[in-house]
Amino acid sequence: MSASEKGPETPVLTKKDFVTDQEVRWCPGCGDYGILSAVQSVFPELGIPREKFVVVSGIGCAARFPYYMNTYGFHTIHGRAPAVATGLKVMRPDLDVWVVGGDGDLLSIGGNHLIHVLRRNVGLKILMFNNRIYGLTKGQYSPTSEFGKKTKSTPYGSVDRPFNTVSLALGAEATFVARTVDVFGAHLKEMLRRAAEHKGTAFVEIYQNCNIFNDGAFDYMREKEVRDDATLTLRHGQPLLFGKNHDKGIRVRESIPEVVTVGKDGVMEKDIMVHDERGPMATSFLLSRLTPPEFPTPIGVFRGQELEAYEDGMDKQIRDAVERRGAPDLRKLLDAGDTWTVQ
Amino acid sequence: MDTDVTSPAAVTGRETKTLDRVVIRFAGDSGDGMQLTGNQFTNTTAIAGNDLSTLPDFPAEIRAPAGTLPGVSGFQIHFSSSDVFTPGDAPDVLVAMNPAALRVNLADLKKGGILIVNTDAFGPRDLEKAGLKVSPLEDGSLAGYRLFAVELSRLTKAALKETELNAKEIDRCKNFFALGMMYWLFNRSMDTTLRWIDEKFGKQPKFQQANALALKGGRAYCEATEVFHESYEIPPARLAPGRYKNISGNSALALGYVAASQKCGLPLFLGSYPITPASDILHELSMFKNFGVRTFQAEDEIAGIASAIGAAFGGALAITTTSGPGIALKTEAIGLATMVELPIVINNIQRGGPSTGLPTKTEQADLLQAMFGRNSEAPIPILAPCTPGDCFWIAFEAARIAIKYMVPVMVLSDGYLANGAEPWRVPDLSELPEVPVHFASDPATFKPYLRDPKTLSRPWAIPGTPDLEHRIGGLEKEDVTGNVSYDPVNHENMIHLRTEKVARVVQDIPDLVVNGEPSGKLLVVGWGSTYGAIVGAVSTLRAEGHAVSSIHLRHLNPFPGNLAEILSRFEKILIPEMNLGQLSMLIRARFLIDTIGYNKVQGKPFKEAEIRVRIMDLLESN
Repeated sequence: MSASEKGPETPVLTKKDFVTDQEVRWCPGCGDYGILSAVQSVFPELGIPREKFVVVSGIGCAARFPYYMNTYGFHTIHGRAPAVATGLKVMRPDLDVWVVGGDGDLLSIGGNHLIHVLRRNVGLKILMFNNRIYGLTKGQYSPTSEFGKKTKSTPYGSVDRPFNTVSLALGAEATFVARTVDVFGAHLKEMLRRAAEHKGTAFVEIYQNCNIFNDGAFDYMREKEVRDDATLTLRHGQPLLFGKNHDKGIRVRESIPEVVTVGKDGVMEKDIMVHDERGPMATSFLLSRLTPPEFPTPIGVFRGQELEAYEDGMDKQIRDAVERRGAPDLRKLLDAGDTWTVQ
Repeated sequence: MDTDVTSPAAVTGRETKTLDRVVIRFAGDSGDGMQLTGNQFTNTTAIAGNDLSTLPDFPAEIRAPAGTLPGVSGFQIHFSSSDVFTPGDAPDVLVAMNPAALRVNLADLKKGGILIVNTDAFGPRDLEKAGLKVSPLEDGSLAGYRLFAVELSRLTKAALKETELNAKEIDRCKNFFALGMMYWLFNRSMDTTLRWIDEKFGKQPKFQQANALALKGGRAYCEATEVFHESYEIPPARLAPGRYKNISGNSALALGYVAASQKCGLPLFLGSYPITPASDILHELSMFKNFGVRTFQAEDEIAGIASAIGAAFGGALAITTTSGPGIALKTEAIGLATMVELPIVINNIQRGGPSTGLPTKTEQADLLQAMFGRNSEAPIPILAPCTPGDCFWIAFEAARIAIKYMVPVMVLSDGYLANGAEPWRVPDLSELPEVPVHFASDPATFKPYLRDPKTLSRPWAIPGTPDLEHRIGGLEKEDVTGNVSYDPVNHENMIHLRTEKVARVVQDIPDLVVNGEPSGKLLVVGWGSTYGAIVGAVSTLRAEGHAVSSIHLRHLNPFPGNLAEILSRFEKILIPEMNLGQLSMLIRARFLIDTIGYNKVQGKPFKEAEIRVRIMDLLESN
């Protein structure tokens, strides 16, 4: 590969370095603005030369993302970003490849590619903007829209049941799964940093408000006055406590989770489940099933498990083959097998 | 190793006849190992120095019910001491392992031809499974052939009685007994096959011993008994000097891409989803890891090509392999590669269609799909190899054009080329074409869509290059800058530029050479795998004094620069194709001339005789 490496004197990058001269064309008030700003803030912190970043997207509002990032970028076709990014990462493990897409792009038309990239554990960071609606095609229901939702294409309410995105990702053997919210700036950046550190596929679901076609979809958990009681922030090694007074928690008895209050009915802090990102998959899955209105919505890292990344496995096979069978020799290759000579 | 190259005639006193050419067909149940037997006979024949061509013909089912007509698998080889162009029209020798194989294949056997039949497989149940009421061995229907009724199963059992194999395992060795007989009949050395047995079964001594015994047993049987009164010798062909190997089209494509990758200095990436008859390319390439080849078995056809496009963005020599139904799925992504102008090679190993069609049979009916099968104006260069060995060179040509013009290139092979084999002269390294690559690196002059004035290709700037950060995508691009543009005039300009770029590939492809007189009454125009049948037919007729010429297109888009001029020098243009006239349509539309189609869509290649008859009809008519 002739891509040149930057010397040790890599200049310190700032957010400005990641802003393009292209006019951003999302609707005013769109949740995507906040996500773009967070990504542009986090990239310069990562200590990676700018030319090593690649942002790959499919189709949809979110998929315009690469045009606004001053990195290498590829706006591909609907649903296929994970597949395009896989080819890129497999050939170029030296690159930092980020995939951006919406719930329609990654869960509907691209659902197959998403589950396979997750099971393979290709070293990609996947940011899925979930606004529970089709924005670019102007307001049809999506695979994450709630049951019964009335939209342009479901005037009598949808009869589709939605995906639980985190459950789906875990079911596909994802090694890193996180959830955050477009307006939770600090938490969003923290999740981006965690994703950046992960080897293998890092999947981050970002709740994102579409103020045109599905305004207020996440008000039940992201508005200031409800936020503390309606969200549960997952922290590795910490008990699952939440609420304004930080006294409500998740207790699991006989595999059944329930919301309890510490100090009430004899419940003590030691009864509250402690979060383990690397624990059994069943536990991670249980967390993904905590859904409103019965439970607060968990945000944070559901699972963060280190497993060999796909491209590293492939590299290893190539190194082994060279060791065993020798460096490439075209002459030998052509002559291999049964040959005979005609004088 | 026990080797025996003595002529059996010398041992037995029986006569050895010298023949110029022979066509043999091995036919049996899918589980009888006919493809393996055919391949072994082919390798031995290749090493003996004959020119040859093969036609494997097997069912789509892995194991259709044993002994039934749909379960019959065949392998035909045509070998000669002079030029061989096709697998042969009609076999001189038919080996039939059961009644179903006999019933399916007998009609093709030449009158008076040699028919070797495994009589142990002609019991009442075997006949019933083949839909026969009376045994053909007894009803006189084989009277016109030289029938050799051999108790293959019983003889194999006798030969292997000392081995540790069970009855079922022993019976599975009968194909090698039959092969041993054929080696005696055609005076062939057993060395190549014995070596193969050693390699294949080295870790399972009982199978190694059993297969070797079966092979030698078959030969010894012919030597000891007088089952055959004469044997045959086909002297080596006068091939051009050099080192040769026997190669199939799929192997040659795989080898070609590895070689092209080494020549251009770019690592090879294959994104592919298994599909008949293309999967062998994936299998072969997955073995070349020490050449840095990365093969990715994708979750579907779309991911196969999408990953290749991603790899090309990263600076790889990227290819995808499939057959017609897979191309249908890859269509949108081919459009993307056209729009972002990245080099990939799409290999379509055509098969009978539409839909699932005839997965294991050959056809060349995807030409118009390759030309027009995308939304909007999305031309791409199209190449077609003409023989199994030519697949190696087409791989190089496709890689060279894709990289030089920054364009997706389609290669149209087919099931016949993919599985058929021929002797291939191994090239010297100095014969391999150069495939120059240039990655952009200068920020002062870089614009993502600033084109080379000669080729109109845009620069290839790969991620990791400092200060060339840029965005590409499927939305229409502004000329030069590559920014998203909805400007109507710019769009029309870009449509013209992409079209003109593909048209300019003509400056990089060789002129056609006419086989025969440069002008006259009749020109036969072919493309792809019909080459052998056309050249064979035309050569035979020319040797008989008939005035007919032919040309063969390896470049379908753009056409070679001198095609129009050649066409204009002939009164009639005959185009044999395994479709309903797709090249005819392109030539008529492009050159406003009439053509005469000769169309066959039976899942089988043309026979030389069929084309000869058609040519004579035209020569004799006004």
